[in-house]
Amino acid sequence: MTKPNMAGQPPSRSTEESSGVAGWIDRRLPVISGFRAEYIDFRMPKNLNGLWNFGAILTVVLLLMLATGTFLAMHFIPTAAEAFLSVEAIDRQLPGGWMLRSMHMVGANLFLAALYIHLFRGLYYGSYKAPREILWISGLVLMVLVMATAFAGYVLPWGQMSFWGADVISKAVGAVPVIGNTLEHILAGSDQLGDIFLHRFFVIHFILAFLVVAVVGVHVVAVHVAGSNNPLGIEPKTPKDTVPFHPYFTSKDLVGLVLFALVFALLMFFWPGLLTEPDNYAPADPMHTPADIEPEWYFLPFYGMLQSVPSKFGGLLAAAGSLLILFALPWLDRSPVRSMRFRPLCRVGLLGLVVAFVLLALVGKHHAQGSWMALGRVSLLYYFGYFLVLLPLAPRLEKTRTLPASISAAQGDA
Amino acid sequence: MSVRAFLGGACLLSGLFLATPEQTALAQTPSAPASSPTAAPAEPAAPPHQKWSFDGAFGQFDQASLQRGFLVYDHVCSTCHGMRSLTYNDLAGIGLSSKAISDLAHSKQFPGPVDEDGQPTTRPGTPDDHFKSPFPSEAAAAAMMGGVAPPDQSRLALIKPHGADWLYAFLTGYRMPPPPGAPMVPGKFYNEWADGHLIGMPPPLVEGGVSFPDGTKATVDQQARDVSTFLVWAADPHRNARHHIGKGVVLYLIVLLLLVIAWKKKIWNRRDGH
Repeated sequence: MTKPNMAGQPPSRSTEESSGVAGWIDRRLPVISGFRAEYIDFRMPKNLNGLWNFGAILTVVLLLMLATGTFLAMHFIPTAAEAFLSVEAIDRQLPGGWMLRSMHMVGANLFLAALYIHLFRGLYYGSYKAPREILWISGLVLMVLVMATAFAGYVLPWGQMSFWGADVISKAVGAVPVIGNTLEHILAGSDQLGDIFLHRFFVIHFILAFLVVAVVGVHVVAVHVAGSNNPLGIEPKTPKDTVPFHPYFTSKDLVGLVLFALVFALLMFFWPGLLTEPDNYAPADPMHTPADIEPEWYFLPFYGMLQSVPSKFGGLLAAAGSLLILFALPWLDRSPVRSMRFRPLCRVGLLGLVVAFVLLALVGKHHAQGSWMALGRVSLLYYFGYFLVLLPLAPRLEKTRTLPASISAAQGDA
Repeated sequence: MSVRAFLGGACLLSGLFLATPEQTALAQTPSAPASSPTAAPAEPAAPPHQKWSFDGAFGQFDQASLQRGFLVYDHVCSTCHGMRSLTYNDLAGIGLSSKAISDLAHSKQFPGPVDEDGQPTTRPGTPDDHFKSPFPSEAAAAAMMGGVAPPDQSRLALIKPHGADWLYAFLTGYRMPPPPGAPMVPGKFYNEWADGHLIGMPPPLVEGGVSFPDGTKATVDQQARDVSTFLVWAADPHRNARHHIGKGVVLYLIVLLLLVIAWKKKIWNRRDGH
C-alpha cells in the first residue's frame, strides 16, 4: 500500500508524477500513484486460473446495471396502475428502450450467475480463510444485497410473477412468530400489495444498488490488503511467484470479459426467452392467482428450501440459514490447507454441495411435490451437514496432500 | 443421462427413508382469493408446429404477411380485443408509411375534452395514440361479453405457450358441427385447441371475410397464418432489429476475442520466455 508522505517531503516517485498538474494533485491526493500501485504494479500470484476473472466481470456488470438502470428509472412510473404500461412503453416506444431493458434483464441474470461462480471459487480454493475473513464477509454482504436488489427489481414491472412472487415472500415473512404480521404489514405498506409497496420497492431497488457500490469498495480494498488467493492456496513467497497486475491480468481479465460479453450478447439478441418468464408479460392481477408461481432461476434453490420444510417458519429459517451459515465458514473450517486440490475428502464433499444446491433448485421448480419433497429434504440436510459436520470434522478425518514449496516450484520453473 | 439416473436413484433412496409428501403442509403455495378458483387444466397436447419465417435465432418477420395480419386484426379481432400497449406509430415496424399511419389513426374516434357546454366530445386519433380499446374498461368488457373480458392481445403470443403455433391451430380449430360425442353448450363453440374444447368466442375468421390489397386469397388458413404472424410481431416488435444487430455484435465480439487472446498470449509468452 502507498504510505503517506512526511510533510514537505516530495514523494520519491518517478519525475513524471512529481511534476506538473498530475504531480500537484498526486501530492495532495495520491490517486495517480495509488492507481499505479494498486492496478499496474500490484503483484498478483502468477497461477490464477479463469475463475479469477469473475471479480472483474462482476465489476463491469455492476456498472452496466447502474447505467442501464438509471435510464430505465427515468421512464418508469412506480404506481400499480402505470408501472406495467410504462415498462411496455420503454420496450416498445422509447427509442432503443428494448435494448436498454434487455441489457438490464440479461445483466441481472448473469450478475447472479457470475456471483454464484465467484462464490464457488471462494469455497473451492478456501479463499475465506485467514487472512481473508473480512474479504469473505464483505463478499457475502454483497451477495445478500444483490439478491435483495434483484428481488426488488423483479417486482417493478408489476406483471403477474412480480405480484405473486412478492405475495409469496411477504406471506413467508408473515410466518415469523410473534412479529410476523407486523413485519408483513411493514413490508407491504398497506393491507394489500399496491401503490405503496411498489413505490417502496422502487426506492429500495435504487438504494440497495448504490449500497452495493459502497460495499464493493470495501471488498476491493480488502482484496488489495490481503492479496488474491490462488488455486494452490499457498501465499506467494518470492517475487518469482507473482507478476504485476498490468499487463498480465489486465490482458487475462480482458479475455474473460470479452467471452462473457459474447455469452451476454447471445442471450440478449438471440435467446432472451431463456431468461424471461412469459407470465410476467401479463399485468398483475390480484384477483387471479397464476397456476404456477415460480421465482427466477437464481432464487429456485432457496424456494426449494422454503418448500422442503413442513412449516412455513421452518422453511424461512432454512432458506435464511443457508446464507447466514456462510458467514461462519472461516470459523467452521479449521483446516490450515486452503485449496480443495489438496483436500480429497472435502473436495468430494464440496462437489456434493453443488449437486445439493442444484437439486434444491429442481425441487423448487417442482414445488417439492411427491418424491421431490424427499429429495429436497435430503439435499437440505446435506447442505447444512457439509458446513456443520463435514468441515469441522475434516481435519481429523482427512489426510491432505502435500503442499508444494511455492507457486513457482509447483509450476516447475523454480 | 447420468444425472437423470442419479436423480431417479436419489428419489427412490430418499423415498425409502423420509416422510411421505402427504405429511407436509403445502402451506407455501399462495392461496387464491375465494372468488377465483384456479384449477389448472391438464396440459393439452402441443399444437402442430408450423413453418414461420420468424422462427429461430436468425428469423425475420415477413412484412407482407405482417401487413395482411394487421388488416385481419383491425377488421376482425379489434372488434373485441384491445392491444393497448401499441401506438399507431408502432405500425411503422410492419412497413406502413407515416401517411398510412396518420390516415389510419384519423379514422378512429377517441374521447376528446368536454366542449363549452360541458358535453363530451370525440376527436380523431393521432399517430401517438395507443390502439383504441373496443370497450371503455375491463369491467365493461366483461359485462358485455358474458362475464369474461376478451384478453388484451399486446403480449398474447408471448404469454400463450407455443405462441404462433397455438394461435394458428386455435384459429383454424373450430369444428361446426362439433364431432359426435362432444358436449354441446348453448352459446359456446367447439374448438379443438380451447381449454375444455368449448369457448364463448364464435369462429372469427370466414372465407373472404377481409380482402387483401396485395391480391392474396383470403382463405381462413391464410388469414390465420397472417394474423398469427402479426400477433407474434406485436408481442416482440423489435425481433427483426434484435436479430440484425445481434449478428453484428456477435461477429464484432468474436473478432475482438481473437485479438485479445492473441494479445494475452503474447504478453504471457514473453514472461515464460525470459
